[in-house]
Amino acid sequence: MINFTEGTVNKSKLISRRMFTLTVAKFIVFGGIFGRLVSLQINESKKYRTLSDKNRFREWRLAPQRGIIKDYFDREIASNERVYQLHITPENASNIEGLFFRIQNILNLSNERIFSLKRKMAKQKPWEPIIVSDNLTWSEFSRINLFLHDLQGVEAVVSVARIYPYKSTSHLIGYVSQASSKDLQKKEYLRNMSVPGISVGKIGLEYKLDENIIGKVGFQRYEVNAFGKRIRQIELDKGESGQNFKTTLDLDVQEFTAKTIENLAASVCVMDIYNGDVITMVSSPNYDPNAFVHGIDNKSWKFLLNHRDKPLTNKAIAGLYPPGSTIKTIVALSALDNDIANTKSTVFCKGSIDFYGEKFHCWKKKGHGSMNMRDAIKQSCDTYFYEIARKLGVDRLSVTAKKFGLGSKTLEGFLEERSGVVPNTAWKKKFIGKNWYLGETLHSGIGQGYFLSTPMQLCLMTAQLANGGYKIKPRIIIDPTKKNQNNLKEYIEYKNSNPNIPLPVDILVSNFNLEPLFRNQENINFIKDAMFASTNEPGGTSYRSRLTKKEFTFAGKTGSSQIKRFTEAQREAEVKQTEIDYLDRDHALFIAFAPYDNPSYAISVVVEHGGTGSSAAAPIAKKVIKKVLERHELRMINKNKLGDEI
Amino acid sequence: MFTSRSIQSNLTLRDKIFSIDYILVFSILTLGIISMFAMYSTDGGSFAYHTKSHILRFFVFFSLFLLISFFPIKFWFQSSLAIYFIFFLLLLGVKYFGLTSSGSQRWINLYVINLQPSELMKIGLILFLAKYYHRIPVSDVNRFKFLFFPLICVSAPALLVMSQPDLGTAILIVAGGIIVAFLAGIKFKFFAYISIIFLALAPIAISFLKPYQKERILTFINPDRDPLGAGYQIIQSKIAIGSGGLFGKGFLNGSQSYLDFLPEKHTDFIFTLFSEEFGFFGSVFILLLYSLILSRIVKIGHQTRSNFGKLYCYGFAGAFFVYVVVNMGMVLGLLPIVGAPLPIMSYGGSSMLAIMLGLGIVMSCKIYKDTPVN
Repeated sequence: MINFTEGTVNKSKLISRRMFTLTVAKFIVFGGIFGRLVSLQINESKKYRTLSDKNRFREWRLAPQRGIIKDYFDREIASNERVYQLHITPENASNIEGLFFRIQNILNLSNERIFSLKRKMAKQKPWEPIIVSDNLTWSEFSRINLFLHDLQGVEAVVSVARIYPYKSTSHLIGYVSQASSKDLQKKEYLRNMSVPGISVGKIGLEYKLDENIIGKVGFQRYEVNAFGKRIRQIELDKGESGQNFKTTLDLDVQEFTAKTIENLAASVCVMDIYNGDVITMVSSPNYDPNAFVHGIDNKSWKFLLNHRDKPLTNKAIAGLYPPGSTIKTIVALSALDNDIANTKSTVFCKGSIDFYGEKFHCWKKKGHGSMNMRDAIKQSCDTYFYEIARKLGVDRLSVTAKKFGLGSKTLEGFLEERSGVVPNTAWKKKFIGKNWYLGETLHSGIGQGYFLSTPMQLCLMTAQLANGGYKIKPRIIIDPTKKNQNNLKEYIEYKNSNPNIPLPVDILVSNFNLEPLFRNQENINFIKDAMFASTNEPGGTSYRSRLTKKEFTFAGKTGSSQIKRFTEAQREAEVKQTEIDYLDRDHALFIAFAPYDNPSYAISVVVEHGGTGSSAAAPIAKKVIKKVLERHELRMINKNKLGDEI
Repeated sequence: MFTSRSIQSNLTLRDKIFSIDYILVFSILTLGIISMFAMYSTDGGSFAYHTKSHILRFFVFFSLFLLISFFPIKFWFQSSLAIYFIFFLLLLGVKYFGLTSSGSQRWINLYVINLQPSELMKIGLILFLAKYYHRIPVSDVNRFKFLFFPLICVSAPALLVMSQPDLGTAILIVAGGIIVAFLAGIKFKFFAYISIIFLALAPIAISFLKPYQKERILTFINPDRDPLGAGYQIIQSKIAIGSGGLFGKGFLNGSQSYLDFLPEKHTDFIFTLFSEEFGFFGSVFILLLYSLILSRIVKIGHQTRSNFGKLYCYGFAGAFFVYVVVNMGMVLGLLPIVGAPLPIMSYGGSSMLAIMLGLGIVMSCKIYKDTPVN
C-alpha cells in the first residue's frame, strides 16, 4: 500500500514536471500567436486595409458626353442625340432562349446577330448586361416598350450618341467610332480614361480636338462581393461633358457649296484673307459620318473604300494636285521680287519652244504672239512662263512658293492633311536621288512636274496675295482664350485712313505684328491686277465666269494639271479633254479673291478630271463667291457681336 | 489524506455545487455568447439558420457539460475503455455507413444529430490513455511492451480518420495521444525516434497524400503561388484580420466576410470574422479567454489527487491548446490549412459536443478532486 502510494506520488511529480515543460511551451506558442496578431493588425494593418478595399470596391467608368461643334453662327454641326438602346441582363431573365426568340421577332434580328450575342453572353458574368442594339429606331423602341412588361431581363435604355446633322461637313468634322486597340496605344488620355468602347475621334476635327472634346470621365463605385456582383453603389461621379467648340465655318456656304459640287470629284476652300478663317472647306463626294458612329457595316465600308472618286478622302487638305497655271502668280511674283524680269518684259509665244532638243508646248497651239507679263497671266501663256522660269531657276521659285504656304501643312492637328511638294534641286537630290534637269524647271514654271499642292494651300496662297502679301495662319477653331494676334485688318484700315503716310516694313512688323512675304508690295498689286484682267477683261481665261456687279467682282487665275501627257498625235488632232478617258483628263483648278476693290475672301476650286480650269472650276467659284459675298454682311455683324470673344 | 477521503466519499449536492469552478464556467459561457454574436454576423446580421442552430447547440451542450460535471470521476475512470471502444465502433461505422459531404465521409446519421465520431475520438483517446497510464508504474512506461499498445490505440483511430479523409482531425487526435503519453513520462528519445522515422517516411507519406492536401502544404509555404486557387483562403483570411486593425471594423461591418471573400466563415474561419470586426483588442481578448480556460483546467489538474485526473486534465488542456493553436495558426497564415475548428466558437455540433464532454470530465475531476478512482 505504501509502495503503491509512493509510486503514485512519484508519478504525480513526474506528471507535474512534464506539465511544467508543456506550460512553458504553451506560453511560447501563444506568444507567437500574439506576435502574429501584432504584426498583422498593427504593423501591417494599413496594407491589409488597402487590400480589403481593393477587394470590396470596384469602379465602373462612365463615358462622358462629347462637346458640341458649332459653326460661326452657333449652328450645331456635330452634336449629341438621344439614342435608344436595348440591354439584356441574363441573370434577370427567367428563360433566356425564349427571350432571344421574342427579341429576334420584335426587332427582326438576323440569326447571325443572335448567335454573336449569345457568344458574347457566354463570355461574361450573368449580371453584366449585353447590348442587343445601341441605336434602336423610335418605332423599334416603342414596340419594345409595348412588350417590356413581359420581357423579363430586358431593359430599354436611353443614352447619348454622336450625331452629324449635315453631310456637307463630313470631311471637315470627321467622325467618331469605338476606340480601337491602336487608338489606346497611341493616346495616353484614352488609356487613362479606360472606358471600354468609348467613342473617339478618328479623323478630321473630331480627331484633332479629341482630347479636349471627349470630356472628363465619370465613374460609379460599387461595393462588390467575392463573385464580382454589385451589392450597392458607394459613389457616383457623372464626369463632365467635353469642351464645346466654335468654328469659323459658315454652314450656309458649306451646304451651298456641297450642293454645287455634289456630282463631281472636287473640293472648294474659302478663306478670310485677313485672319485666315476658313469659311468653307468642302470635299466631294462626301459620306455619311453617322454610319461610323454605331459601326459601319462591311458592305458600305467596302463601297466607300473602293469608290472611284475616293469619298473618304478630304480632298481639300489630303488631295494632292499639281497647281498648274495657278502657280504662275507666284512665278511672276518671284521673278519680279528677284529682279529677273519686270512687268514690261516681253516674250514671243509661237505655241511651243525647243529647249535642248525637247519641245515645250503652250496650251495654245497657235501661240499667243508677243506677251508681256500682265497678258501672260491673263491669258495663261505657258511659253512666257517657260522663259521666266528658266531665268529664275527652280530654287528661287521654291523659296517664294514656300513663303506663300506651299509645301507645308496649312492646319494643325489634322491627321489626314498632306504637305505636298515644292521641288527644288536639293529636294530632288534628297528624295529622288538625281540631279535636277533644266527642263524640269520649265515644267515647274507652269506648275507641273514635281509640284504638288492641296486646295487649301492654294487657297492660302491666294489669300496671302489678296491681302497685300502678308502671312496669315488659317484657322478653323475659334479659341476664346487666344485672341487673334493678327492685326492685318487694323493695319489696312489705318493705312486707308492715312493714305499719305508711307510705312516702312520694319514698323509694320513691330507695330502690327505682321510678316510681309514680298520685297516690293507693288509687285503684289501687279499680280492682283493681272488676276483681275484674267477674269474681267475679254481674252482672260476665266472671262466667261466673271461677276459683273461691282460688289461681287472677283479676280482669279485658272489652272489645269496634266494627268497624262498628250501624244504628238493627240496634240495635232486637237483632242478635247472631254473626248478622252475620264481618269486621263486633266484636273481643273481655279483660284480667286473677291471682291476685287476691297478684298475679303480667297477661294480655291479643284475639280478632279474636270478638263480645264476655265470650263470646270471657274463657274463653281463664281457661284460660291456670290454666296459668300451675299453673306458677308451677316458675318461681319456676327463678328462684331462676338467682339473680343474671337 | 484518509480523513479527507472519507469526507469526500459522501459529498452533498451543496458541496458539489460549491466546488464547481465558476471562473471556468463563466469563461466558457462568455466565449459561447461571443460566438453567438459572431455567428449572427456570419449570417449577414440576421437571425438565420446558423445562428439559431448554433445557439441551440451551445445551450444544449453547455447543459450537458454541467450535467456531466456531476458524474463521479470514478465513473469516467471505469468506463473509459468502453467509451473509447464505442467511439471506435462509431468511427468504423462511418467507414461503412457514413454520410459523404464535399468529398469526405465523416458523418454518421444518428437521427437526432449527424455525428462526426472523429471529434469525439479526440476526447475518447485522451480519456482512455489517461486510464492506461494511470495503471502503469512509472518504471514500466518506457518498456517496449507498454509502448506498443498505446501506439496501436492512437494510430488505429487516426488512420481511420485520415482515410475519411480528414487530415486535420487525425492530426489533432494524434496530438492528444502524444501529449498524454508525454505527460506519463515517455522518454524524450522516443519522441525523437518517432520524429526521425516520420521524417524518413515523409516522402512516402507525401505520395499517399491527396492532391488537394499536397496543394495545401505547398500553398502554405507560399500563399501567393496561386492567389485565386488554393492560396485564396489564406490570403483572404490575412486580409480580413489585418484590415481589422486595432479596433476592428465594427460589429456586422466585416466587409471581407459579408461580401463572401472569407471561406468557411461559420466554421474554421470564425476567428477571422471576429478579428476583422473587433480588431486587435478583440482578438487578444479571445486569446486571453482561451488562456484563462486553459489555466483553469491546468489548475483543476493540479488540485486533483488521482493521477488519472491529472493525466486527463493536463492531457485535455494540452489538446485544447493544440486545437486553438492549429486553428488560429491556420487563419493567421502560420500553419497550413488543415480544417480544424476553433473550440467552442466554431459552428459544428460534434466539435461542440466533444469539447463540452471533455470540459465536463474536467469539471468532474474538480468536484471529485479528492476521490480516488480505484
